[in-house]
Amino acid sequence: MDFKFTEEEESFRLEVREFLDANLPADAKKNDPTFVQEWDRKVREKGWVGYTWPKEVGGGGGTIAKQVILKEEMSARRAPSLGSCFMGLAWVGPGIIQYGTEEQKKRFIPDILNSEYQWCTGYSEPNVGSDLAALQCRGEREGDEYIVNGQKIWTSGAAWSKWMILLVRTDPNPRVKHDGITCLLVPMDSPGVEVRPIQNMAGYSMFAEVFFNDVRVPIENRLGDEGEGWRVTISALANERSGIAEVTQMTRKLEELKSLAKRSRRGGRPATKDDQVRRRLARFEARIEAMRLNGLRYLTKQLKGEKLSSETSVNKLHRAELEVEMGDFALELLGAASGYFPRSEASPDGGRWPFQALNWPEVVIGGGTPNIQKNIISERILGLPKD
Amino acid sequence: MNFGFTEEQEQLRASARRFLDDRCPITETRKLMLADEAFSPDLWAEITALGWPAILIPEAQGGLGLNWLEMAVLLEETGRTLAPSPLLATALATATIIDAGSEAARTRWLPAIAAGTRTATLALLDDVDAPETASITLEAQADGDGFRLNGMRDFILDAGQADLFVVAFRRPDAGLQLAVIEKSLPGVSACSFPTVDLSKRLGRLTLENVVLTSEMLLSDGPLAEEAITRALDRGAVAVCAESIGAAESALNLLVEYAKTRMQFGAPIGKYQGVKHPLAEIFVDIESFRSLTYYAAWAIDESPDELPRQASLAKAYVSDAMARIGIDSVQLHGAIGYTEEYDAQLFLKRAKWVRPAFGDSDWHYDRAAALGGL
Repeated sequence: MDFKFTEEEESFRLEVREFLDANLPADAKKNDPTFVQEWDRKVREKGWVGYTWPKEVGGGGGTIAKQVILKEEMSARRAPSLGSCFMGLAWVGPGIIQYGTEEQKKRFIPDILNSEYQWCTGYSEPNVGSDLAALQCRGEREGDEYIVNGQKIWTSGAAWSKWMILLVRTDPNPRVKHDGITCLLVPMDSPGVEVRPIQNMAGYSMFAEVFFNDVRVPIENRLGDEGEGWRVTISALANERSGIAEVTQMTRKLEELKSLAKRSRRGGRPATKDDQVRRRLARFEARIEAMRLNGLRYLTKQLKGEKLSSETSVNKLHRAELEVEMGDFALELLGAASGYFPRSEASPDGGRWPFQALNWPEVVIGGGTPNIQKNIISERILGLPKD
Repeated sequence: MNFGFTEEQEQLRASARRFLDDRCPITETRKLMLADEAFSPDLWAEITALGWPAILIPEAQGGLGLNWLEMAVLLEETGRTLAPSPLLATALATATIIDAGSEAARTRWLPAIAAGTRTATLALLDDVDAPETASITLEAQADGDGFRLNGMRDFILDAGQADLFVVAFRRPDAGLQLAVIEKSLPGVSACSFPTVDLSKRLGRLTLENVVLTSEMLLSDGPLAEEAITRALDRGAVAVCAESIGAAESALNLLVEYAKTRMQFGAPIGKYQGVKHPLAEIFVDIESFRSLTYYAAWAIDESPDELPRQASLAKAYVSDAMARIGIDSVQLHGAIGYTEEYDAQLFLKRAKWVRPAFGDSDWHYDRAAALGGL
């Protein structure tokens, strides 16, 4: 065991820090579009967007170890993300790199790296959530086009995305339901696409319903072969990461929660004198540390050239529980003051705590519910029969 | 960056597993649990031949000069079959002698331990539930030029079987003292009592007018204080390491049962009411495995981190093992609480693990203080 990075890797860490010193002043307006645009341009220039993507497609060609350092340093300074094309960078890009035609790579990858526009992901349907392979949205081949009819739902960012990666059923009677699914890349301004935003319980409209009414998608927008959509999706989503960057975020959240505890009172005395408060905070700390060390074990596997798969569900479960429990614990500490929402002049800390306590489903449900993670572990790791 | 074991460490694990599967599977553990002090001289002789008690001992004293990562690997494997042996207690006492003792003290005590002719254990605290130096209240009494010890210590691992006791006490004139006391000395007696987990024998050390000599002393004052704190942290980590193996065996037993036990026309492992608790156990084992390996690494490679890491690991293990023990019985149904089925052995082990070297409340309190609360 050796928890040190190499000298070269550590000098890369210094380079990242110097960049942050120069380009992320303490008073940076991180939500200001002009600042974000400038930032996106600068990190692109450094080759840090798509850092581990191959150089041939315009990526950084960097190592996994250095990517961990890059993300750790960025997260520690609360830097904006490395590039704004979130889903493009997370799975559309990797999917296109692996399955796309040369034409598709030229057309889409530079735009993703340059943060030109957003992608959204058309997977879930009204009757298809965790059981994704049962999807019904139809794609019928007609000459050199697919005619798409049906509906998607819980589509994050649909209202402001220019493109969608869409799964449709091209074979209505396959031998097994995972067959007969095809992956299409669809412009959101295609005639027949209608987006209806859905407001979530925190008051935001992150996601939307998307309706398809005789939407024509040219065949050159198909990613992978017809009927190969399930494989394309699984291997793109199976781009599992060690999850170390998330640990930095959770550590920061714990620090904020501790600082809230230091300012709070319980039973007429400082909350930090209360054994229950102290132990709960320490328990969060133990689980975050477990996530960090699990992540380092997974990273070690990656560095040895092995692919990660179901084991990453372990940290997803920890994260889900921590998001819910830590969000809720903040409201307990605040007591009655937790009730002011949305933010007003009376809200403690600008109303962030009730927001966190209402917004966790984005993380906890969005990436696969805890019950699905438990199915993955018990079936794929422990070998129990599928239910 | 490499959070993995070396090839040599993996070989050590593989050979330990082969040896224990062959010589001390759970069927043999059950026999030993009924034996005097749960101790088999034959098994210990074989373990000694493999060099396990010599792992931590410097080569100058007849040992192998290896580290706690190797010891953690062995403890994980002995935990897998709940193998009763003086290995854990002896390793902790050995490490304390190495840590606190002079070269002369090492030479005096360690060769016999490395050779397997003597075993040892820690008898540091008067209140074992608060594993800190404040729990040492035993005082030596002045007697002419020297000092004598009178007192009693309870809940000592392998008390009835150990030859050497590493004892902490106070001297009114010189603060904390750390010494090795031989069972064979006049006034020293030790015995064990029946325990919930018969593979872990606990007992009492009684000291009556035991004359203290300078050869017994390992260290005193602030040095002894620091050495005791480290000894207790190593104890917590050692319990965690054994728990990894025990918990994995408990989970394996559950998984096999869930695959084969048919109810309502299907193996019960098909039902989420069964498969999800098993997934949760996996998550816990995976997590305290990471915490424990890192803490074991920190013992030798990053001692400043040890207090926090030992506490986070032991707190997690105490709670998780309590639940794994109960689940290992409960999820089996009626067969789970029969004497002849092994599930109950893991529940009993969990009862020993929870308070050993501090329960989760104690360790979370300490982690909170270390974390600035």
